Amino acid sequence: MSSRDFWRATALSLVFLTVLLGVWHLATLPKQQASAANDEYAKLMGKDTKKTEGLPTPAQVGETAWKHLADPFYDRGSNDKGIGIQLAYSLARVGLGYVLAILFAVPLGFLIGMSPLMHRALDPFIQVLKPISPLAWMPLALYTIKDSSVSGVFVIFICSVWPMLINTAHGVASVRRDWLNVARTLEVKPVRKAFQVILPAAAPTILTGMRISMGIAWLVIVAAEMLVGGTGIGYFVWNEWNNLNLANVIFAILTIGVVGMALDLAIGRLQKLVTYVD
Amino acid sequence: MAFLEVQGLSKVYPGKDGRPVPVFEGVDFSVEQGEFVCIVGHSGCGKTTILNILAGLDTASAGVVIMDRREVAGPSLDRGVVFQGHALMPWLSVMKNIAFAVRSRWPEWDRIQVELHCQKFIDTVGLTGAEHKKPAELSGGMKQRVGIARAFAIQPKMLLLDEPFGALDALTRGVIQDELLRICAATRQTVFMITHDVDEAILLADRILLMSNGPRAVIAETVRNSMSAPRARHNMHRDPQYYPVRNHLVDFLLNRSKLYPGGEESRASAPDAPQRAAANVVHFRH
Repeated sequence: MSSRDFWRATALSLVFLTVLLGVWHLATLPKQQASAANDEYAKLMGKDTKKTEGLPTPAQVGETAWKHLADPFYDRGSNDKGIGIQLAYSLARVGLGYVLAILFAVPLGFLIGMSPLMHRALDPFIQVLKPISPLAWMPLALYTIKDSSVSGVFVIFICSVWPMLINTAHGVASVRRDWLNVARTLEVKPVRKAFQVILPAAAPTILTGMRISMGIAWLVIVAAEMLVGGTGIGYFVWNEWNNLNLANVIFAILTIGVVGMALDLAIGRLQKLVTYVD
Repeated sequence: MAFLEVQGLSKVYPGKDGRPVPVFEGVDFSVEQGEFVCIVGHSGCGKTTILNILAGLDTASAGVVIMDRREVAGPSLDRGVVFQGHALMPWLSVMKNIAFAVRSRWPEWDRIQVELHCQKFIDTVGLTGAEHKKPAELSGGMKQRVGIARAFAIQPKMLLLDEPFGALDALTRGVIQDELLRICAATRQTVFMITHDVDEAILLADRILLMSNGPRAVIAETVRNSMSAPRARHNMHRDPQYYPVRNHLVDFLLNRSKLYPGGEESRASAPDAPQRAAANVVHFRH
């Protein structure tokens, strides 16, 4: 893309943003009171007319965001923690479940990819387990693990494992015959072959699986934390809903989006590093 | 006993009706140390299968391959292979592709030893300056040179080339043929090579094996290249032996290759088809 196209696209994005914020602003303007009588009535009832009802305006959300971002790491008890702390909890759960999934899925994927027998033997399990919503595991996890936080990690594990497993197996199984033959004619030992031929050859496919997994994990963590409660960005959203603080909810939604994008970009970078042109 | 002995080699695949169909059978030939042998034949006669069996990548249904008084029973560093589609690892640079092979051959070498050795072979095939390029940045001819350098770098007892120049344009092919000829003459490398190109066979080979059409292909004739060595591409066609040899090969490919047991015409009716056992050695003399 030329730099001229880049600036055009950026300008257009800014136009869309302005329109979006404008519509939002107009739609959430405080309603004009119909009559003085009503106004008086409201005062009598002790209601503050300046306070809007319904959705917050962009300005209000902006103000909330500023407040949160100015002090992201405060901790005033279990229901009042800074957004940074909540995000850190969520990221820690996702990170832990995700790393466990890598440790499990990549070696198993290698095995399935290398051995057609194992592929056929394990395929029915994968096909049945894969479409299960990770949240459906929650009761079983809570019952067996007896710890809500660890159950959250388990749910992340179970949802990240499938794309990685399937992609690793596929990547390993479709390594070019030529490269394997080169390794064979050079009498390369199995471990060296696995790390220096098969792994780099399958790495782009494996990373694609990891990228899909990360996307799913970040989707699922919000729902999982709403369910188990306690800490995390998902719990924060649910808690603010209970407080009827929609400005906080909207701010949290935007934060989830930005963090999800950052995670995807990070893995995208990694993917670029291992991609080769054939 | 010759350096490489191939005796009674055959390969059988299950046919459509479940009955086994031999691609080739009763293939016998030998290669002397330092000899350059080409095998020529139409597609489907099993040339690549024979080469893969020599490499140890495939197994024969019957027959043995003996190299240097040992039976070939799997891939070995003693036999270097140049694959049809260069088979370079695209995530490694030229140097690292060759180093991968060199480290397999001499695991005890340190980094500097490996690099010096690789550099020598990179220079030999004329790729100096491209050491750190990835295969995707190279032209087809350069990629195939890396493949050749990789095979030579492990200093195998025998080199197996599976139609290495098939995908190259005529000009590049000529240049690399000259290079291969020069390197082989300098190293007295024993080479077995598949080709489709009659001129390539005449230029490079000391002996040319002609295969009849498959299925049931056999080595129908062995032609000793009587043109005086060293041969060169630019004056080869002026050698009085050139046209007799060339005509004989072309004539085989166009006419005689289908007269053998597996060939379609012989199955229809060809009472005067040569017996497959009587593989005649043709020797051209001036």
